[in-house]
Amino acid sequence: MAESLVVEHEVHHPALQHHFENLEQQREAGTLGMWIFLVTEIMFFSGMFFAYTLYRYKFPLEFASASNHLSLQLGAVNTVVLIVSSFTMAFAVYNAQVGRQRRLVISLILTIILGLTFLGIKAVEYRDKYKDNLIPGQLIPGHKYSPATIHLLPGASPQHTEMFYWIYFAMTGMHALHMVIGVGLLSVILFYSIRGRYDPEYHNPVEVSGLYWHFVDLIWIFLFPLLYLLGRHIEHGGTPLH
Amino acid sequence: MSEHIVSVRIYFLILLALLVGTGLTVVAGEIDFPWHLNVVIALTIACVKATLVILYFMHMRYSKRLVWIIFVSALFWMGLLFALTLSDYTTRDWLSQ
Repeated sequence: MAESLVVEHEVHHPALQHHFENLEQQREAGTLGMWIFLVTEIMFFSGMFFAYTLYRYKFPLEFASASNHLSLQLGAVNTVVLIVSSFTMAFAVYNAQVGRQRRLVISLILTIILGLTFLGIKAVEYRDKYKDNLIPGQLIPGHKYSPATIHLLPGASPQHTEMFYWIYFAMTGMHALHMVIGVGLLSVILFYSIRGRYDPEYHNPVEVSGLYWHFVDLIWIFLFPLLYLLGRHIEHGGTPLH
Repeated sequence: MSEHIVSVRIYFLILLALLVGTGLTVVAGEIDFPWHLNVVIALTIACVKATLVILYFMHMRYSKRLVWIIFVSALFWMGLLFALTLSDYTTRDWLSQ
């Protein structure tokens, strides 16, 4: 019994799990599983995007005013950082597919560095909001939300700007949490890449982690214009519509 | 292996398109368009960028139909969530008027 198993394993790729016919099937199952997980993630974020839509519809002026307090520069830089990290991630998957070990490791390290850069910039933004007393509610002892530093558009009520910041912190916070998980995930992939576990035949973990990373990028592609840009034209004297 | 390998050249082109899209959305945000066009333009650019990421970075273009169906199901349920819930919230004050 034990001998026959040994013989069987010698024929197959060491990474092939016994319940799959071949690596091809194993790869497709892995990718499919990741997509199903991403669908649940889309559903999860949809709820928050809906909350955003509803409150923006209810408080267009307050949302525009509060949005203009965000730093467009930092938001735009972070968008570029995340897009480039998505590219380096795609490049990592490519190098895993063609078996370029060194480039795989380098592109994974670059992706992790860019991910951490994003989180660093996000932390700076959060600190600025803390300094301006814009953390909603009373989450932090001794810190109370105050819209004093927000330049309110005519007709906007100060207290309703807090809703924008609830949604801003919930969405960007949840996005940042996904980034932290992504950096952790890629660190594991990096560890195994350095140890040479992946080759052109078996690299599904790299690919699947890449799917997750691109998904996090996708969320930001929508968050950036919705949170940072929605009131810009009104500040320039435009019409205050939602 | 029947796995499709996307060339680095395509990845570079997608990166370029995504960066241009980001630039466009920032510029468009500063301009005052009539009606609700600002949000329409911002979301259109975001959707184009998302489509590029999904099709090329996430290899959807080269994926099995089953993966397509699963992804489209997400969009379908998201559509239901938005359409049905908004049809409630946006019509609540119709009767009292």
